[in-house]
This record gives sequence, C-alpha cells and structure tokens, in this order.
Amino acid sequence: MAAITFDNVTKTYGDGFRAVSDLNLDVKDGEFVVFVGPSGCGKTTALRMIAGLEEVSDGEIRIGERVVNNLPPRDRDVAMVFQNYALYPHMTVAENIGFALRMRKVPKAEARTRIEETARIIGLVDHLDRKPRQLSGGQRQRVAMGRAIVREPQVFLMDEPLSNLDAKLRVQMRAEISRIQHQLNVTTVYVTHDQVEAMTMGDRVAVLRRGLLQQFDVPQNLYERPDNLFVASFIGSPSMNVVEGTLARDGDGIVCRIGPSLLPLPPKILSARPALEGYVERAVAVGIRPEALDEPGRRDGDGGSLRGVVRAIEALGPEQLAHVEVEAKPVLVEDVLEGLVDMEEAEDLVEIMAEAEAEGERALLVARLDASARVRQDETLDLSVDLGRLHFFDLDSGESIRA
Amino acid sequence: MSDSTATAVRKQSRALTSDVRAVRRRRVGTAVTYGFLCALAIVYIFPFLIAIATSFKTEPNATAYPLGLVPDPVTSSAYHELFKDQDFFLWVKNSAIVTLSVTFLRVFLDSLAGYALARLRFRGRAAAFTTIVAVMAVPGVVLLIPKFLIIRQIGIYDTYYGMTIPLLVDAAGVFIMKNFFESIPVSVEESARIDGASLFRIYWSIVLPMARPALITIFILSFQGSWNELGHFIISTQSTSLNTLTKGVAQLASGQLGVGNRFPLKLAASVLMTIPVAVLFFIFQRQIMNTSAGAVKE
Repeated sequence: MAAITFDNVTKTYGDGFRAVSDLNLDVKDGEFVVFVGPSGCGKTTALRMIAGLEEVSDGEIRIGERVVNNLPPRDRDVAMVFQNYALYPHMTVAENIGFALRMRKVPKAEARTRIEETARIIGLVDHLDRKPRQLSGGQRQRVAMGRAIVREPQVFLMDEPLSNLDAKLRVQMRAEISRIQHQLNVTTVYVTHDQVEAMTMGDRVAVLRRGLLQQFDVPQNLYERPDNLFVASFIGSPSMNVVEGTLARDGDGIVCRIGPSLLPLPPKILSARPALEGYVERAVAVGIRPEALDEPGRRDGDGGSLRGVVRAIEALGPEQLAHVEVEAKPVLVEDVLEGLVDMEEAEDLVEIMAEAEAEGERALLVARLDASARVRQDETLDLSVDLGRLHFFDLDSGESIRA
Repeated sequence: MSDSTATAVRKQSRALTSDVRAVRRRRVGTAVTYGFLCALAIVYIFPFLIAIATSFKTEPNATAYPLGLVPDPVTSSAYHELFKDQDFFLWVKNSAIVTLSVTFLRVFLDSLAGYALARLRFRGRAAAFTTIVAVMAVPGVVLLIPKFLIIRQIGIYDTYYGMTIPLLVDAAGVFIMKNFFESIPVSVEESARIDGASLFRIYWSIVLPMARPALITIFILSFQGSWNELGHFIISTQSTSLNTLTKGVAQLASGQLGVGNRFPLKLAASVLMTIPVAVLFFIFQRQIMNTSAGAVKE
C-alpha cells in the first residue's frame, strides 16, 4: 500500500490539447478516491498517468516515496481494472487471474493458492476453468477485479469498471467493490462519470472539469459546500436549482429577492458567508437543493417561500419530485449546464431559457417532497424554502460566496 | 347473392390468383438461380473429374476419349509409372521442405511486421506501410527477372535458400495481419503491460493467440501459394535434384516428342499434388472463428 501524490501534473498531447492542467492532489495510504467529471474532463488521463500508460508532460507523480514518471507500468506495482474488462479471451479464468503471477515468476504452488484465494474473494471458485466468453458481464467484471486483487499491488486503479453493467448489477457490484477495497485496504483510485457512484463509493472525491481540479473533498462536503457552480450542479441528483437573485439590505439583515419573492437571510447564513455583505445591491446566483424546497406549511418559522405553478410530478415511491415553475431568472451559464449530467435536464433548461426570453422570466425548480405531500398538477402553491440551506455564487466567476 | 357480396368474392378470388402467381414467380426465380449455380458448379468441378478419371485410363483410351468420365479399362498404370520411373518422391520432398519452411516462417514474420505496423510508433511507419501496399500492386511476373539477378548475385542460386528466402514475407500477409491486430482492443495489451509482460511476451502470449483467425488465413494462403509456386522455382533452380512437384509436373507436361501425350501420367501427378492443399482447407475451414470473443465488452 502507498500514498499517491500528484505534484503540478500536466498532460499535453502532441496537438497541443491539455487534458490535465496543474493537478495537485494527495491520495492517502489505503484511501478510496474517486475522480469524477463529465467526459473529456481529464479523469481517465490522470488515472492512466498513474498506471504509466500515458506519459506525464510536466510535474511529478509519486507512488509512496518513489517518483514514477519514467517507470514502465510493470515496475509501478499498480493493478488496473479496465472499463471493457480487457480479459485475455484465450485463457481460462484461472489463467487470466494468474497471468501477472506467471509474469513475475511466482512459484506454481503459491500461484495456485493465491488464485484460489482470489477466486473465493470474487466468488468465482466454480468458474476457474471457464473461458471469458462463457461468463456473464458481471462475472467478467469480477475476473477483471480478480486479476487486480491477486497481484496484491500497492495501488488499485479502476477506469469506469461498472459502466458496462446493467443498472441493477451496477448497484450490486458497487457495494462489492467497496467491500473488497475495505477488506484489502489497498489505496484505490476510481474513475467514473457517475456522480452517484462517486458519492457512494469514495472516501474522498475529486471533481474535474476540462482538465482542472474543481474540488477535492469528502462526499458530504461536496454536496453541502460546493466550491463553485459547476460542482454544485454536477453533484446531486436531481441537480441543484440555480436562479438569479438580488441581495438587498433590510434593516439589520439582508434579504434575497428572487423574482417577486423576498427571502430574509438568517443570521446563520450571514455568519457562515460574511462575504455576502459585499454583494448587497448586486445580482448573485442562488442555489437551492431540491430537498430545501417543501410544500407550503411544512416548514414554519423562518418565513421564506417561492410562489409557482406545478408543471409535473414524478412519484418515486418514498418521495415525489415536483417541477414547479416560478417567476425567477434561471442561471444558465456554462458552469451550470455542463454540470448537469442528465442531458434531458439540460435540454429542458435551454428550452425554458428560450421561453423565458419570450414571456418574461420563469424558472423550473425541482422540489423533493414527501410522498404524503398533496400537490396537484397545474396547482399554484407557495413552496417553502429552507433558508439555512441556500447557496450563493458569484455570477461572473461562478465561485461560491463565503469568506 | 347480393351485388356487394359478389364483388367481395370476386375481389377475394382476384387476390388469391395474384398470390398464387406471386408464389409461382418466386419458384421460377429460385429454379433459375439454382440452375445457373449448378451450371457454374459443373464448369468448376468438371476439370477435376476429368483429371481423376483420366489418371485411371490407359493412354489409348485417354487419347480416344479425352472427355470421357468413365475409364475403360480402369488401370492404375499411370500411378505405377509415376512412382517407379519418375522422381515423384524427390519432388514431394522438395516441395514439402520449401512449403513448410516458407509457411511457418511467413506466418511468423508477417505477424511480426503486422504487429509492428499496427502498434509500435516509429518514424517512417506510414511510409513503410505505403511501400508494402504499393508492392501488392506489382504483378509477381514483373519481379521474376530482378529476383533471379539478385539470387545469382548473392550466391544462393540453385539452393534451398534461394528457393525459400525470397518467399518468406509477402505484402498481402503483412497487410492482413496489420489490419487484424488493429482490431484487437488496445486495453487488452495495456492490461498485459501492467501485469508485467514485455513487448515480445504481449505479442507472443496475448496478441498471437487472439489473432488465430488471421494466422490461419495466412497459413492457408502461404501453404497453397508456395505449394503451387512455379515461376520462382524456375528462376531460382537449375538442377533436377531441386525439382519441386510443380516443376516436375511441368516438365512432364512439356515432355519430349515421341513419348505420346501422356495424359494419364500428367493428370495422376496433378491429382496427387492437389491432395495436401485440399486436406488443409478441409481441416482449417472449421477452425476459422473469432477468438477474441469475451475479451472486452463491446
């Protein structure tokens, strides 16, 4: 086991394209770190640089104390699981798992024991003599894991290992990989574009965009304290609602005006985000998580609400998602659009933007309501807002407004 | 029966008639297609049948009825003569030596070159590949004289070396192998690299077994090509002790005057010569299959 350090790492391709820019990041010994971001963000390139499959253009990568920039892959003591499994089709499961041991000239008896032990961990003891084509997708995935496990490497690298599995199997394997990683306690870097996978599996998550590290933190902090609009929109499903608001002074306090509604900011917010003072009489991007919106009357006391018309309701069983159209200007900067994983959502937003321009300013907010909430389509209601959970971002830079 | 019912019945019967017609038209079409294919098959098979039949004829019978499919009387004297009076076994030995060495070495060298062109990044790679493709466009006959001159110059004329070395690599084989290697997912090789395999180990233990269909193709093409090769052996050898089957049979075919047309003898040699290639095809046609199934999720 070993820590991994990225020290100002940059990857520039021959055509001048910068896949990774000045990446600084520490993965602790035994930690499970997830690189997440939309496609083309540089997450896979970063992973492949650890493996030695891509050269580092600038900066330094260390595994443990060793600088590995110029070490060939086989000398780095890392094992990698590929998105498409990359099994050797002409070898049996046992031979696939044992290939790396054969290359390292591990004595046959010992290799056999290790292969069997690994097969036990991945639950394929009865399939050791089968060829990959005789296995299901999930089983092939396990063989790929097995090939990594048997090596007992310092580092596991996983490149979207679950993206070829169906949804149900993916959830199952997610738990399995986490279990195995905790059992073996091997430093792991896991790449995915699926923020749910990132949030559920990672001890810490690095969010990347266009080759730049946006935020590196534990999942809860990414969710509750996103550093910028991109992270705010990217993490969480459904995504954070982002509308334009204007701050104004009201006696001792500050209020936020969103369309016709006035939301008084509680002292808790102002003390946590003192920089908000500097934004009085200025427009800001206001982020509201779907669960910070509730049906009228559920939340009393802090007195903030947004009036809107229910346009659609999605019943999910334990909860329901209400799409409510409110009078407010949606923030549709690139940071937000790129952060939406769901392309449909992005298309919806663009459509709304066009409509908003035509008919005044309207934004579609998603509210996560309790299953028992009685809301009906086309009903006008006052969504109550949990003012303590509002997020504020600078409209120009997209950065979170805090200290 | 009311008018409308009558119309409906008429319509229905008309529809039925047109259905019947359509079925009949389709049947006629199928019959014509099969007839054509049968005719083609006969055109292809007939010479083989004549060759086999004639090899069992007597010389007068073969001369009198060259196209007859039934030998009368049936005799194996042509085969006896072939084995006894001609150097048939020497020709077989020479052909076997040259064909087997050319085939195995060509499979190996073509795959090495194909792998290098598919995967290694080196200066001049594109130029090398273009040259190889260009060579494919040159007819073999054009190269016979230059080959002869070179073989003479480097001193391997009239030796096994002269017979085999110039056949060891062929542009088409390199081309086929390169294209096949490119279809193998890079991640499989990267995985082997991380597992600790050297470049040659990856080629030998991972890539080659996955390329079995292409290797078999090259194997069959090389075997058939060098077994049936004639022009190259004519320009590279002189002594009769180096005669291959093709050269030996060709000399029979252009035998001296006064010995008759010797159809049964020549065709007996041809029939025997065809057997190895035919057997090879039968063995390998079942072996050609996609061996990369299961490697990666497509």
